[in-house]
Amino acid sequence: MSSSKSLLVGGYEVVIGFETHAQLATQSKIFSRASTAFGAEPNTQACAVDLALPGTLPVMNKAAVELAIRLGLALGSHIAEQSVFARKNYFYPDLPKGYQISQFEIPVVQGGEVSFFLGDEKKTVRLVRAHLEEDAGKSLHEDFIGQSGIDLNRAGTPLLEIVTEPDIRSSAEAVAYAKELHKIVTWIGICDGNMQEGSFRCDANVSVRKPGAPLGTRREIKNLNSFKFMQQAIDYEVRWQIEQIEDGHAIQQATVLFDPDTGETRAMRTKEDAADYRYFPDPDLPPLVIARDWVEQVKAAMPELPRGMAERLVRDYGLPEYDATTLTQSPAMAAYFEAAAQASGQAKLVSNWIMGEVSRRLNAEEGDIASAPVSAAQLATLIGRIADGTVSNNAAKQVFDALWTGEGREVDAVIEAKGLKQMNDSGALEKIIDEVMAANAEMVEQFRAGKDKAFNALVGQAMKASKGKANPQQVNDLLRQKLG
Amino acid sequence: MNDLHTLGVGELASAIADRKTSSVEAAQHLLARAKQHSALGAYLAVNEDATLAQARAADARIAAGERSPLLGVPLAHKDIFVTKDFVTTAGSKMLEAYQSPFDATVVQRLAAQGAVTLGKLNCDEFAMGGSNENSAFGAVRNPWDTTRVPGGSSGGSAVAVAARLAPAVTGTDTGGSIRQPASFCGVTGIKPTYGRCSRYGMVAFASSLDQAGPMARSAADCAVLLSAMAGPDLDRDSTSLDHPAEDYTTLLSRPREGATAAQPLKGLRIGLPKEFFGEGCAPDVLATVRAALAEYEKLGATLVDVSLPRTELSIPVYYIIAPAEASSNLSRFDGVKFGHRAAKYDDLIDMYKKSRSEGFGPEVQRRIMIGTYVLSHGYYDAYYLQAQKIRRLIAQDFQAAFAQCDLIAGPVAPTVAWKLGEKSDDPVANYLADIYTLSTSLAGLPGMSVPAGFGAGGLPVGLQLVGNYFQEGPLLQAAHAFQQATDWHTRAPQGY
Repeated sequence: MSSSKSLLVGGYEVVIGFETHAQLATQSKIFSRASTAFGAEPNTQACAVDLALPGTLPVMNKAAVELAIRLGLALGSHIAEQSVFARKNYFYPDLPKGYQISQFEIPVVQGGEVSFFLGDEKKTVRLVRAHLEEDAGKSLHEDFIGQSGIDLNRAGTPLLEIVTEPDIRSSAEAVAYAKELHKIVTWIGICDGNMQEGSFRCDANVSVRKPGAPLGTRREIKNLNSFKFMQQAIDYEVRWQIEQIEDGHAIQQATVLFDPDTGETRAMRTKEDAADYRYFPDPDLPPLVIARDWVEQVKAAMPELPRGMAERLVRDYGLPEYDATTLTQSPAMAAYFEAAAQASGQAKLVSNWIMGEVSRRLNAEEGDIASAPVSAAQLATLIGRIADGTVSNNAAKQVFDALWTGEGREVDAVIEAKGLKQMNDSGALEKIIDEVMAANAEMVEQFRAGKDKAFNALVGQAMKASKGKANPQQVNDLLRQKLG
Repeated sequence: MNDLHTLGVGELASAIADRKTSSVEAAQHLLARAKQHSALGAYLAVNEDATLAQARAADARIAAGERSPLLGVPLAHKDIFVTKDFVTTAGSKMLEAYQSPFDATVVQRLAAQGAVTLGKLNCDEFAMGGSNENSAFGAVRNPWDTTRVPGGSSGGSAVAVAARLAPAVTGTDTGGSIRQPASFCGVTGIKPTYGRCSRYGMVAFASSLDQAGPMARSAADCAVLLSAMAGPDLDRDSTSLDHPAEDYTTLLSRPREGATAAQPLKGLRIGLPKEFFGEGCAPDVLATVRAALAEYEKLGATLVDVSLPRTELSIPVYYIIAPAEASSNLSRFDGVKFGHRAAKYDDLIDMYKKSRSEGFGPEVQRRIMIGTYVLSHGYYDAYYLQAQKIRRLIAQDFQAAFAQCDLIAGPVAPTVAWKLGEKSDDPVANYLADIYTLSTSLAGLPGMSVPAGFGAGGLPVGLQLVGNYFQEGPLLQAAHAFQQATDWHTRAPQGY
């Protein structure tokens, strides 16, 4: 449940519920043996079952069920001992059977919750359910003049539709929820999370109301496939709904699409033309029975979950909660941290470096930490050299850059080659400071006249003169001594 | 040999195995005969090259010393089973030229045993009907009286066996589609327990009811086919039952406990549901069935009165559930990927409407509309859910009856075969004629039709035998014992 502190927009409370389609990372389709690989030539990955040829029948892919169980375990849901597949009937050219096999009355995953931080506030969004279903194919309208092409490669791809209660109260919270869910599904390996390719698609049900009023009429924004558009779309939709209500218009239940070019949402269809899907249990598929020991087996093979791992990082490494949450963005990042922290014994420094230099580099290159050119062991060595005073923090950044770009491969060799070893010889440093004081007599005067700022300038000059090799603390001490 | 068509499966297999004839000769003879009697309308598709290639392969296996009960025996399949070598139409204009890239599991299993496919047999469109008049490719005529229907939906199958165009065939039964045409044409047919034969490759009508089965001249021949057809197909059909295949031929003659030579069925309790012997049944049918039951008593069986109180409800229940499933199963025939597409249309919706209106016949359209209606929002609970509840009660009624008996017996249909066109304008009259077969299908139980004699106009009458789940063996045994003592099943219509 969201906190009691509610954010009002123009006097209205925003109410959002989410439906997310996560494409399950199975090798083959949910009811056939065709491959699920993305990007193949149209209709080359659709077998007789996917094409709905007469006489074909669906057979459940157990791997998809196992991934659904994993999600249920990760989110503290009830895994139904028996769930039922139903047919959702409608005509569309890229829906080969004329119905989609989904779950309706009894889904496989029931209840559960997703918790996350919005700033420093902990939020919890309750789940209604997550159900298994098959994806449809794709209609291609662009390449065929006056006609449409149908690509059924995607038909039968397994999806898990994850549905929340209307617990979300702002666009920022919506994005935070979606990011947390995205993190979880990728963390537990049930979805590749590729939003561009449509592996993780969100629909947001948005309504507004005066505080304390019953739920307003919702409009569903379909197919939000980036976090950025998600926030823009919801913000626009909220403003639009409030304007409508303020202008005296009632909100009509509708399905809308967000157009990133105009930044607006526009209605695709309203409730009046909502189809009657004539759901009924699929007679081709017996109820899906999940024995307790199957759930136990899946549980035993589950990785440590991000929330539990963050708590452990706080406990075992003394990290602030913010650091722990950031470092548990992905299993690879957490593993990188733990390896470097253990090797260097400097957990907080390692955390700062990962959140700083490492992330900066990765973001700039859109890289993945698993393939970062600087290994956790190298980072640990480098941080060891900072800790033991061999290099300054600034010099260490130069070493890091050299390692990252491949200019150097070994920490100590780079320090040596670049002459970055910190000047710990006080005689040499004294000489530099004397020279700096002589060359900057004006600043020395100013400092003595009570201008503290001048001191920092002198430190800077001394560091510069040492080419960054001086230990800043030592420079500070010596300078004060001499100025004193 | 020029009387090969007079041989049943067992005899023909022996003749081929003993090299008195060959599979090629038998296939050629039967294909010629099918052509000669094409006026019956039994066959929809033949492919002589494919048939003879299969026959030559079987002959080669025999020459190499291989022997098995179906090796080289020509059979034909109801046009509901998809086949690689023959067009599959399901009796519909919608699939007029449809070529499947694979064989149905049942077809494949029979072929693996060395059976040779003669062709595809006419049926009611998408197996919907009880007279075979709903085929888009013309009605089938009953060889006992060619002005009469053969029954349906496996009408072509029943006629092929009755007219000696094939020693045995496959059929499918959703609400009686094997048993009723078998009864009307005087042949033996068995619908196994739901899930006993794979549905993979059967063009779906009503998924929770459809079941494949053999039709032949005798229970013994049905046993040979069913042994090959039945068994799990879990990788392709989720409703296939995980119950190993059985050798029904062996079960056929396994002596029952306490049986004697004169009374092979001693100790067998046959239940007679009082609802099957009421005033709805024509007197000639009742008399024939009662005479057959008297024969069973002679064979040592005892007759027990039982009740299936919801028999009448099976008609509305079936005509809700089957159309509901059909309306969804037939949605794939939309003109987009395969099957009939209208030549001219304005837009997508128009293409759907025209393609489906042109491709589906009136009975299929009627059932799609009924099915769509009963699944619609606001009607689902009142019709579909209610029907499912009663369906469970019907199954419970059978279990209560089986507490008192081993098999249940009665008529297959209330009348003998009716005249072509007689009920064409009255769908409800057609539906009511299914009363004795629907409940068995709804309960998923195995049922048979065994030739029991002749009623009015010298037309065949079948005795229906129903067993409990997986009791195909005892059913075939009971039919076989009857056929050892009677010769109804050996009678051929005049001129065939």
